[in-house]
Amino acid sequence: MRRLEAQDLTCSYDGRAVLRALSLAAEPGTVLALIGPNGAGKTTLLRAMARLLRPSRGTVLLAGQDVWRLAPSSVARRLALAPQTEHVDWPLSVEEAVALGRAPHQGWLLPYSRRDWQVVEQALSRTGLLGLRHRLVTELSGGEERRVVLARALAQEPEVFLLDEPTSHLDLRYQKEVLELVWGLARRDGLTVVVTLHDLNHAALCAHQVALLSGGAMLALGRPEDVLTPEILFQAYGVPVEVVRHPVYGTPLVAPLLTYTREASHDR
Amino acid sequence: MRSRRYIAVMAALLGLLAVVALLSLGTGAVSISPGRVVDALLWPSRLGAGSSDVTIVWELRMARVLLAALAGAGLAASGAGFQGLFRNPLADPYVVGASGGAALGAALAIILGLQLRGFGFSPVPLAAFVGSLLAVGVVYVIGEVGGSTPAVALLLAGVALSTFLGAVVALLMLLNDQSLYVIFGWLLGGFSGRSWPHLWASAPYIVVGMGILWLMARPLDAMSFGEETARSLGLPLSRARAAVVAAASLTTGAAVAAGGLIGFVGLIAPHAARLLFGAGHARLIPASALIGALLLLLADDLARTVVAPLEIPVGIVTAMLGGPFFLYLLKTRQRALGARR
Repeated sequence: MRRLEAQDLTCSYDGRAVLRALSLAAEPGTVLALIGPNGAGKTTLLRAMARLLRPSRGTVLLAGQDVWRLAPSSVARRLALAPQTEHVDWPLSVEEAVALGRAPHQGWLLPYSRRDWQVVEQALSRTGLLGLRHRLVTELSGGEERRVVLARALAQEPEVFLLDEPTSHLDLRYQKEVLELVWGLARRDGLTVVVTLHDLNHAALCAHQVALLSGGAMLALGRPEDVLTPEILFQAYGVPVEVVRHPVYGTPLVAPLLTYTREASHDR
Repeated sequence: MRSRRYIAVMAALLGLLAVVALLSLGTGAVSISPGRVVDALLWPSRLGAGSSDVTIVWELRMARVLLAALAGAGLAASGAGFQGLFRNPLADPYVVGASGGAALGAALAIILGLQLRGFGFSPVPLAAFVGSLLAVGVVYVIGEVGGSTPAVALLLAGVALSTFLGAVVALLMLLNDQSLYVIFGWLLGGFSGRSWPHLWASAPYIVVGMGILWLMARPLDAMSFGEETARSLGLPLSRARAAVVAAASLTTGAAVAAGGLIGFVGLIAPHAARLLFGAGHARLIPASALIGALLLLLADDLARTVVAPLEIPVGIVTAMLGGPFFLYLLKTRQRALGARR
């Protein structure tokens, strides 16, 4: 029901194909991570799935319906995108910015209802922003800005949650919190979660399914332990890596190997 | 929500506006004390039947004061709307070419439409609206880059277009010397000799335009996070932008038809409102309107009294006060504006 599916998706910018005949599906209650080298088409795929980029061929199905046959507002009620970066022009308060996530439900003209403000309150609390609600979005740190974007997407109360690079530029503590949030959205709330990640170890930690893109095509799709292997990763990135097991979770842990640098340690 | 503070400050501003309006009604060739103005407004019988003060307040000054306040409110509200639309704090009806377009439209209407007067309907505000709509459309199409308008592109496109439109208006005036003085006096901006018919000709458009702008508050908030975010929240972006352009142009057009070219009110008022109440458009637009009304009323009082008994056009007053402010804004915000993208 809350499945998000891309079928035979081809997207181009100015006639140049950046995604080629790509098909995949994200299931409710799971996390699908999109990984791949820079320029592989991860963000393009995410934008196409969020109905922001019209594919030149193929379809995106939200619970079986073509998103391009649905009204933008009806998609926005069911699917939220937390973009990687946003430029904010005006010093709106954190609360005002997060409340915009209620617009797809409440419409663009009517005042927010009591329930809208309750949802905003929950979204602020879940992202640790309650104490910052009156601060101006133009005065936030990078990590705080990212949390505002997540809170706004939460306030949309979506069934499908798309996140673009939610962990990049964050320190270790916020990386952990964001990964927990991503995991919780799927496991606790039963949402369909699709997330692009640069850090392969983040993907290994929080994803049920990993899609490895390279040059706009799907190189591998499967469980983290099936995709995150030295052979496949070498194919995608062209660099040697070693993959070990996470000491606690047993998930893959990718260790890059540098061509010339420190001596290999002998006590390994 | 800090609504209590907002309501308190807005009430204080409204009170201030009432006081300034009262003083304005008493200011002019014949000076009337505030007490007698109140009497003339509320208990005209106390001043005796046929008192000249009642006539002066009601027949000569009331329409002018209301028109100045309304034009100021309209220019300020459309300034806030243009700034939100262009995502640029330097946008204002004058800068984005809306005023220039409105002037050309109105000048054409005055030249061509003098014979329409008999119908009791003035085509001037509508022609000003169309002119302003076209001018903003041109500036928008030329200056827009990926959903926002960089300061440099906006200023250059606005300046070039305004100069061009100004030249066309000047040419029209030279070719039609019988309406030269009508247009020229009106272009300089001022409310001298404005009366009730002028108010009725412009007020409905200004009120409707400001109402639409206020309704667009949430879309404008969403637009400030960029095109992509606004669309991902389900905002029908083109329609929302069209509504803002139409409403702001309508308001500007009617204000220009009422008072001529009056610059910088649409720049200063939203800036002050943002400092007082923050940037959320639901509060910004009414607050800008109130501050704009206050500013233009004060400017009009200055215009009437500085070299009394002569009057200087109010457009000159706002330009002399607003020009330096604009330069200050450009200087202080330059780094932030230049580093945008």
